[in-house]
Formats: sequence, structure tokens, C-alpha cells
Amino acid sequence: MYSQGLDNLGDLPPEQEAELVATFQARIDAEEKIEPKDWMPARYRHTLVRQISQHAHSEVVGMLPEGNWLTRAPSLHRKAILLAKVQDEAGHGAYLYSAAETLGVSRQEMVDDLIAGKARYSSIFNYPTPTWADVGAIGWLVDGAAIINQVPLCRCSYGPYARAMVRICREESFHQRQGYDIMQSLCSGTDAQREMAQDALNRWWWPSLMMFGPPDSDSVHSDQSMAWKIKRFSNDDLRQKFIDITIPQAEHLGLNVPDPDLRWDEESQHYEFGPIDWEEFSAVLAGDGPCNEERADAFAHKYEDGAWVREAAAAYAQKHTTQSKGKS
Amino acid sequence: MSNASNQGWPLYEVFVRAKAGLDHRHVGSVHAPDDELALQHARELYTRRMEGVSLWVVRSSAIVASDPASSDALFAPAQDKIYRHPTFYTVPEGVDNL
Repeated sequence: MYSQGLDNLGDLPPEQEAELVATFQARIDAEEKIEPKDWMPARYRHTLVRQISQHAHSEVVGMLPEGNWLTRAPSLHRKAILLAKVQDEAGHGAYLYSAAETLGVSRQEMVDDLIAGKARYSSIFNYPTPTWADVGAIGWLVDGAAIINQVPLCRCSYGPYARAMVRICREESFHQRQGYDIMQSLCSGTDAQREMAQDALNRWWWPSLMMFGPPDSDSVHSDQSMAWKIKRFSNDDLRQKFIDITIPQAEHLGLNVPDPDLRWDEESQHYEFGPIDWEEFSAVLAGDGPCNEERADAFAHKYEDGAWVREAAAAYAQKHTTQSKGKS
Repeated sequence: MSNASNQGWPLYEVFVRAKAGLDHRHVGSVHAPDDELALQHARELYTRRMEGVSLWVVRSSAIVASDPASSDALFAPAQDKIYRHPTFYTVPEGVDNL
């Protein structure tokens, strides 16, 4: 069904191309969804492949920091929950790779790019998870920020991406709540547990705010993505929304958000917050985060370790096909 | 590392029946080396939360799809046959149950 709708029209005369682009934009403006076999501008396709594959890689790499705690979760109950969450992340990666494949790129190419270190993924997953409270903070803040980013994507103009996002958002809510639940347990525990929760918030707060991307003034891809309705709200608007809903949640936990400039502004009805360290963000994106190398190595090794399973499955399928051919 | 091992895994489309009495509905796709594993992958990916009571998987290559370029030829004529819809007819005042 998702056969790849590459426009095999070749090079079009400019006036014909302009007409197709105008019809395409009119469909987007009318809130129509674009489906894989429909004509689309090459740049629209390219933008979506970049965004969806990066999103898929983020889900897959996102399993690593939390996977770190699977064998050390404090109880069987927590372990079962974390396993379910990590399995969801793998599923999200799979939905998104499928959506990207509808645009004419193969999953193998995308996975190869990730192994080769050519692909980007969310900067947030290059931070370490030294304590159990990090698992709580990731669910609460990182998945919380992801929800704010992802809910508008359910209305994205590209059908397969929008449909994948509907499924993902449905599951993401569990992720956020299980994270907050961990934070609540720690915050109602001993002083040491409360300190552990505070320490995790201190380390995850700013990287979480960076998840919304550079400020609108520096955002390279924003305007065109807005016009194509791939993006519905600006980075700064989404970031503000996240801050406004998260501060009261931190207050409920009795934790301090690590921002001396944070204050409620009665007039705008929003929180004002201090400057974000965009140099850190650029450095982490460029490969200089605390765990970039570790994540890349871990993914490549896991992929290699699983090779025998894929080979066995392929060999079995091959043998089966040969046998059934022999019988007939 | 042998990337070739799943390079050629075919794509399957996945359909889920949410509960008895409803149609199977397309939910997405999976890659798998054969039918049996396609069903397993579909189960793991699309029905972890009681989303369904029955699964279909079918090789994507087996699906015959209409071409969007022929949409007009296939679907547009319905617009000039509006007499096929009940709303085309005026029901006289005072006539009920029609």
C-alpha cells in the first residue's frame, strides 16, 4: 500500500512545475492531507524524510539511556513498567521508519546512516542516566516535552506521519505519568531520595527546554515547514507552553526548578525564564555531548549482536519458500 | 556486520479488528521475512494494549491500488449523478416517513 510515490515525471517544464506546486499548496491550505502517491515538491519530500527519520532515530536511541536501568529498577513492578515503556519506544521507531519509507527511503538506509554516525537524533539522549531518578525525570520532562512537540504533529499535512503520531501520542501519555509517579515516590521518601529527585531535575531541566529547538529567530527550517503545515507552532511557543504547564507540577513535587530568573508574569499570564545555553545545545548536536560516542557505539553493537537472529529468520524463510516450491 | 540479512525483508500491511462486529482496519505496516513472523511483529507492534481481537497481514506487493492521477476518471463522475442521493428529491409538505 505504501509503495513509494516517487514522482517519475522527470524534469518538468517550469510553468508546469509551478502549476503543480500551486495546486499542492492549495490542497495544504485547504487542510487536505498529502498521501504517498500524490505529487509533492522534492523539497517537501526531502524535509519530511529528514524530520521523520531523525524522529525515528530519536525513539530508537532513546531506548539506551533508560535501558541502562532495566536490570537495576528498584522493584519488579517498576521493572515491568520500564520494560513496557522501552518496548513502546522501539514501536515508535518502527511506526516512524514505516512513515519515512513511504517517501522513498528504505529502513535499511536510515539504519545504516545511524550506525555510520551520519544521522541526527534528539540532543537530549546524549545525556547520562547515573541514578534511578533520571528514569523518573526522563518520563516526566523528556516525554512531557515530546508530547507538547508531538500533539500538533498529529495534524501534520503528510498523512502517514500524522497517523503514526496519533498512535505515538496515545502511548506517550503513559510514559509521562509513569515518570511523574517515580518522582512522586522519591519526593515523598527519605531526604536522600528527595535529593536524588532534585539532582535529576537540575540536570534534565535545561536540556529538556532545548528539545524544542533553537529560538524562532535562529530556526532555519521553520517558515517553510509552517507553510507546508508540517509544523503548526513555533519552537518558542511550544517551549513556553511546556514551561507553563510543568512549573506547577514541579511545585507539587516540592522541587526547585534550577532557574534563578524564573517568575510568573501576571500581565502575560506566562512564566518568564532565564537564558538558555545554546552553545551547549550546538555542541551536543555536533557530537560533543556527554554520551554521543557511547550511544553510537551501543547502537552499532546491539545491531551487530542481533544479526544472527535476522540471518536465522531470513534463512528459515528462504528454506520454507524452497520447500514449498519443491512440493508443488 | 551483515546488513544484507534484512535488506530484502518484504513489507506487510497490517489490519486489526478492534472487536467482533467491526471491520478489520488498516493500522500500519511491518517488515518481516515471512508470513508467520509478519503476524508476530504485527502482534508486538499494534496490539499490545487490547487494540484488537483479530489480525490480518498481507504483503504490500499483493495490494493493487488505484492511481491518484486517475482519481477524476474514477471518482469524479459521481458528482454529476446527484440523483443517486436521497437529498436530490424534494419531499412534499405533509408527507412523512419517506
